[in-house]
Amino acid sequence: MTVHDMKHAASDSARLEAVGGRLSRVDGPAKITGAAKYAFEQQLEGLAHAVLVGATIAAGKVTAIDTRAAETAPGVLAVLTPGSIMELKGASDWFGRPPAEETYCPLVREVTFSGQHVAAVVAETFEQAVAAAALVKVWYDETPAIVDLSDGSDGIPIDAMTKEWGDAQAAFAAAPVRVCAAYNTPREFQAAMEPHGLIARWEGDALTIWEPSQWLDGMARTYAEWFGVPFENVRLVSPYIGGGFGSKALALAHSAVAAAAAKMLGRPVKLVLNRPQNFTSYGGRAATRQTVAIGADREGRIQSIVHRGVNETAVDGMWVEPLGSVTSIMYATPNFSSKQNVVRVNTVVPGAKRAPGENPSAFGIECAIDELAYELGIDPLEMRLINYAEQDPEAKKAWSTRQLREAFAAGAEAFGWAKRSPAPRSMRDGHQLIGWGVAAGTYPVRRAYGEAMVKLLADGSAEVESSSIDMGQGTYTILAQTAAETLGVPVKQVSVKLGDSRLARAGVTGGSRLAGVMTGAVYKAAGQALDELIGLALSDPRSPFHGLQANTLVVKDGRIASPRGDGPEISIPELMGTLGREKIEAKGDTVPASFTPQQRYNNYTTIATAIPHTEGDYSRHSWCAHFVEVRVDEDFGTVRVSRVVSALDSGRLYNPKLAESQWKGGIIMGIGQALLEEGIVDRRHGRIVNGNLADYMLPTNADIPDIQTISVGIPDPHSSALGGKGVGELGIVGVAPAIANAVFHATGKRVRDLPITLEKLI
Amino acid sequence: MKDFSYLRADSVEAARNAAALPGAMLLAGGTTLVDLAKCGVAEPSTVIDISHIEGLNAIDVTADRAVIGALAKMSQVADHAAVKSHFPAVSEALWQAASAQLRNMATIGGNLMQRTRCPYFRDPQNFPACNKRSPGSGCSAIGGVTRGHAVLGTSEACIATYPGDLAIALVAFDAEVDLGERKLKVEDFFLAPGATAEQEHDIRPGEVITAIEIPGSAATRRSTYLKIRDRQSYEFAAASAAVGLELESDGRTIRDIRVALGGVATKPWRARAVEEALKGKSLEEDIVRKASELAMEGAVDHGANHYKIALAPRVVARAVLELGETA
Repeated sequence: MTVHDMKHAASDSARLEAVGGRLSRVDGPAKITGAAKYAFEQQLEGLAHAVLVGATIAAGKVTAIDTRAAETAPGVLAVLTPGSIMELKGASDWFGRPPAEETYCPLVREVTFSGQHVAAVVAETFEQAVAAAALVKVWYDETPAIVDLSDGSDGIPIDAMTKEWGDAQAAFAAAPVRVCAAYNTPREFQAAMEPHGLIARWEGDALTIWEPSQWLDGMARTYAEWFGVPFENVRLVSPYIGGGFGSKALALAHSAVAAAAAKMLGRPVKLVLNRPQNFTSYGGRAATRQTVAIGADREGRIQSIVHRGVNETAVDGMWVEPLGSVTSIMYATPNFSSKQNVVRVNTVVPGAKRAPGENPSAFGIECAIDELAYELGIDPLEMRLINYAEQDPEAKKAWSTRQLREAFAAGAEAFGWAKRSPAPRSMRDGHQLIGWGVAAGTYPVRRAYGEAMVKLLADGSAEVESSSIDMGQGTYTILAQTAAETLGVPVKQVSVKLGDSRLARAGVTGGSRLAGVMTGAVYKAAGQALDELIGLALSDPRSPFHGLQANTLVVKDGRIASPRGDGPEISIPELMGTLGREKIEAKGDTVPASFTPQQRYNNYTTIATAIPHTEGDYSRHSWCAHFVEVRVDEDFGTVRVSRVVSALDSGRLYNPKLAESQWKGGIIMGIGQALLEEGIVDRRHGRIVNGNLADYMLPTNADIPDIQTISVGIPDPHSSALGGKGVGELGIVGVAPAIANAVFHATGKRVRDLPITLEKLI
Repeated sequence: MKDFSYLRADSVEAARNAAALPGAMLLAGGTTLVDLAKCGVAEPSTVIDISHIEGLNAIDVTADRAVIGALAKMSQVADHAAVKSHFPAVSEALWQAASAQLRNMATIGGNLMQRTRCPYFRDPQNFPACNKRSPGSGCSAIGGVTRGHAVLGTSEACIATYPGDLAIALVAFDAEVDLGERKLKVEDFFLAPGATAEQEHDIRPGEVITAIEIPGSAATRRSTYLKIRDRQSYEFAAASAAVGLELESDGRTIRDIRVALGGVATKPWRARAVEEALKGKSLEEDIVRKASELAMEGAVDHGANHYKIALAPRVVARAVLELGETA
C-alpha cells in the first residue's frame, strides 16, 4: 500500500474502522486528559511507602547492617534486611523450569553487582522512607569485581547457539576476497519514561498488585509461587504502561520486597524505583562483541561467513543475547559457522531490550556486508541483492513471505539511492560531510496460542476482555477493530478491557507476538458469539428469521439480515430483545484441543509453548530495509541523522497508522543506539555512573528528522490468523548499521563500536 | 530529601538577612536546588524563597549596557529583542541551554549558581569522596569516568567542568554581577578549584545576586555562541565558545575580539591568549586556526576527555570565522 492509498483509505470511515484501517488510538483521549490511571496513581487507604537501599560495592559480602538510626527515624514502620524480611519460596523461571533453590530472599548478603538491594525501609510517607533509607549503615567485605567484557576470560560456550553448515573456515581461507572485523555494542538500557515499581495489597491470602506489566499471567505465577498461594489468589492490574521495551515482563526482586513488606505489615505498600535504581535493579541490553568474517568471490557472491559472538551475563544469572540470529539467515552462503560465548561480569542479569539478539546481530552482519561491498567496489545495495537468500539458508525452508527485495526497491526509490556518489567523503554541504547508508533488518514471527472473551450485549454494544496489555503499541485499538469487523458492529460500540489478570488469559507481550495472537483469538471468540446469535436467530421461534430458508445471516453496521436481503432486517438490540437475551458471550481460543489444563496454564504463564517460527514447511520473519542520510561536521565529528526512509514488511497491517508509529519508535530508538546510548561503568567500582536521563543520553526531538516509512508487506497466511507478521521489534533492527555505514560513506572512517560519538571521528 | 524550613522573602533586604542564616539556601526557579536536594547533594536547613520579590526580573537593555534582574527567566532574556540585537551571544547561549521547560523556570541569578554535572559530585551515596561536597575527602573523578571533565583550570582537588552556557558569554564581555554592597567581574565571581574546590563563587553569607550588567560594544553586537554537544538539544557542551568581533573599516583586520570557552574548564574560561594573538591580524582561516590553538595553553587531560583539547580550538576557530562572514 502506498502513502497515497493510505490517505485515500483514511477518507472512508468504514475502511478506517475495519481491520487494516488507520483508526487513531482509542485509548488516546484517556491518556491525553489524564483519565488513564497508571499503576502508581492508585489511591489506597493506609498506603505505606518502601524505599530500597542498594549495595555500594560490585562484589563481596555484607558483613553488618546497622538499622538502629533508621528504625527510630520519624514515620518508619519497618527496616527490612536479609535477616528480617519474610522468607519466600523459590519461583520457576519463565520457561516454567522449577527453581534451583527452595527459598528466595530478594535482599542479599552476597553482593554480585553495584546497586543490588541489601535492605529496604518502609515508612508512612515517601519522604520519611527516603530519609530513613539514608540512615541505614552497611558494612562490606569487598572482593575484586569483573567489570565488563574486557575483564573476563573467553567465557562460557553456549553450544545451543552454534550453527554450522559446509566448511566455513576452509571456504573463508580459500575465498579471493575477504573482510573480517570486530563489532561492539555497549550496555544499553530500556529507559522507559515510567519507572519500575508496584503497589501490593494483601487481603487475607489474596494479593492484588498494581504494577506496569508486559505479562500479567506470568508475573502472577511468580508472585503465587513466592508466597505459596494459589495462582487464582493473585490479581495483577496493569491497564496502562508508560513504556516497557522488554523490561516489564517479569516480577523482580524489588517486586518481591514490596509484596513481602505488605504481607508483613498488613498494609498496602508502594515501592517505586528511583531513576538511578532503574539502571541497576533490572537488566538492559547486554554489552556484546562480535567478529564477522566474510569470504566472497570477485563477483561479490558470498562463499563463507564465520561469526563469533560474546555477550556479558551476570555472575548469578544467565542471559544469552543471540548474536547469530540475523547472521545465519540474511544472506545466501554455502558455508557458515556461528558460535557464541557468554562472560559472567558483576552486573544485574541483562534482559530483553527491543529486538534482543536480532538488533546487535544485525549491527555485525550489516556493517560487515557494507565493508565487503567497499572491498569489491560494488554498491552496498547491489551487494545485498547479489546475495539475496531465496530461502532460509539455515532451516533450508521456503520463506512464508519475504518482501525484502521489494523493500530495497521501494526504499531506494523513495530515498533517491541511485543519485549516491559511491566514494567516501565525496558528498558535502559546507562543513558537513554527507553520507548515505543502507542496512537490512529482520525479526522472526513469534507465535503463541491465545484466548479472548467477547460479549455481545442487549444494547448492541460489544466487549472484548483479555489480560493482555497495551503499552502504547495499540492493542486496545486493533482488538476493537477486529471485534467490530467480525461482529458487524461499529467500532464505537466496542469496548476493550485489558490489563487485569482476572480477565481471559494471555501470554507474554514481547517478541512482537501479541497482535497476531490476540487478533486471532478475538476473531475466533467474536465469530463464536456471532454464530451463536445467528443460530438463535434462525432457530428461536420468537425470532423474525425463524423459518427463513437460509443457512446463515449477515450483520453489518449493527443490523442483521438474510444474505439475499429477502427477509426482515432488524438491529442487534431488537433481536436480542426479541430473543430475551441480556448478552451472548463467547470465550474463544486458539489453543490445541489436546492441551491439558496444566498445558493451558503453562501456555499463559511460561514461554515454553511458543511455536517455532520454522515449524512445518515455512520460515516466518518480518523484514525491513533502512536508508539513512547523515551529516558529519568535518571539524567537530558530530553526527546528525538528516533523513531516514525505511521500507518494511510486517505482512498485513491491522492498523497502518499504529504500525507506522511503532516502526518510527523503533527507528528513533535505533538512532539513539547508534549515536548516543551507552551505560558507562566506573571500572574501579563496577558501577554505572550515568544512570539518569540527563547523562544516559536518548535522542531529543531535535535529533530526529522526518522519517518516511513504507509498508511493502502482503498478507502472510502462515504467520497469523489475519495475515500479519511482527511490527514492534522490527523497526530498530538494522538502523544502527545503516547509520554506521552512512558515517563511513561520509567520512571514510569505519566506526565499529557503538555509540558513534564525536571523539571517534575527530 | 531532608526536611527543611521554608521562608519566603518579600524584599531583597529580607533575603539578605535570611541568607546569612547557617544552612540557608536561596530558591528562585528551583531547577538546580530541587535537583540537587533530590540526589542528596544539597541539604539546606532553611530554604529562602526569593521568587516573589518584586522588581528583580527587569530587563533593561540599550546598545551601551544590559542590566538583567536576577529573577528574569532564561527564556525571557533569550527572547528579548534588544538582547538579541545588541548581545546576540547572550541570547544564543541561553536558548541553547537546558530545555524549554527549564528555561521557562530557571532565573538568571540562579543560572550563575548552577553546580557541576560531575557524576561523582552528584552521587554522595556511592561516592563519598568529593572535595566539592566534603573538603579534604578526595576526588572520585580522577582516575574514573572523565569524558565530560575539564582540561583547563583543574587541580589535584577537582576536575569538574563548569556546566553553564550564559556565563561563558558574560565572561567574554566583561560582565559584572551585582551583589548589592559590591559588584565584581563575572570572571572573578567564579573560582577555579585550586585547593578549595568547595568554593565555587566569590559570594559571602548574606549576599544576594540582584542583577548582572553587561557593557555593550561593537564586539557584543557582532557576537555569537557556538555550542558543540553529543545531541542536538538538552545537553551540556562538549566544547563551546562565546566570541565577539570588531573589524577595522577594511572589513578584514581584527580591531577587537573576545573569546571565552565553555565545557572544557572548571570555570567560565576567558581565552585572552587567543584574543591577543588575533588583535590587529587579518581574518584568515589559517591565522585564526593557529591562534585558536592557544585556547588550550596549559590544558591537562584525564584520559577520556582528551578529545576536548582537539575539539575546543576548532570550535573557537569556527565561531570566529563564521562571525567574520556575517555582515
